[in-house]
Amino acid sequence: MRETELSPASARFAASPYARFLGLRIELADETVTGVLPFAPHLIGNVVLPALHGGVVGAFLELTALAQLAHVAPDGVAPRTVDVTVDYLRPARAVDSFARAEVLRLGRRVANVRAVAWQGDERRPVATLRGHFLLRRD
Amino acid sequence: MTDESPESPGSLMARGTPQSLALGVTIGEGDGGGSMRAPFRADLVGDPALGGLADGVVYTLLDQACGAAVGVAVKARAEMQGRELAMGAMATLDFRIDYVRPARAGADVTARAECLKIDGEVAFIRGAAFETDPDDPIAIVQAAFMISSALVGR
Repeated sequence: MRETELSPASARFAASPYARFLGLRIELADETVTGVLPFAPHLIGNVVLPALHGGVVGAFLELTALAQLAHVAPDGVAPRTVDVTVDYLRPARAVDSFARAEVLRLGRRVANVRAVAWQGDERRPVATLRGHFLLRRD
Repeated sequence: MTDESPESPGSLMARGTPQSLALGVTIGEGDGGGSMRAPFRADLVGDPALGGLADGVVYTLLDQACGAAVGVAVKARAEMQGRELAMGAMATLDFRIDYVRPARAGADVTARAECLKIDGEVAFIRGAAFETDPDDPIAIVQAAFMISSALVGR
């Protein structure tokens, strides 16, 4: 496995105040970003199940998609979310979560990305995202 | 105003979830529960260069407001049908959010949602987030929630 470093643009998403509030980490191996969201009690949205808040799962997927996109985009390009659609497939339990994103098309101005989040078993995703992202030049 | 059963989705949402409490979310006024407010906090900023609340905060606030709007609609329907509000749960099925513009630096964000229709076990919701003017949205949302059969009441 080749060790590489996150691009500065990508690292910025992981270092944002909100990402720290969530406890989100962005890891990189073989040019692929993995979002890691360790379980924490403040992420709960449903105390009965218990399950993570749907908004937390959506934000986790969006940040992972942004980090992957920023990593593959040319230097000096900062992505901004235009829209995302999240499908919730099963409850996200009170355990650690992981996410990976794939840039389906990297255009000059817009990128199309999909992302998947899972917990214990990568083959049993808890939620998927697809979205459009604007590519701004700093 | 009648007492809500503690398990009703409306009251659960109104009390807040651990995540909404961590965000400092409060219930908005005069909207029957489908309105929520996230006060500005520096530790919830997305891009420090822009200085506004993160997309994820806006997303979670809208998701919470959509859930509350469904809770209110379910309760109103139970009252209309003259039956007890049963214990039950709801789950987000899909959630589409358009980020029209970034949230303004240092500003509180309000989210308002309305349940357009409950068809069987599926509720259709739309909502928007803004600082002060609903006609100048930060984000707009369209969502579908599943509600458990106990709440459907048939």
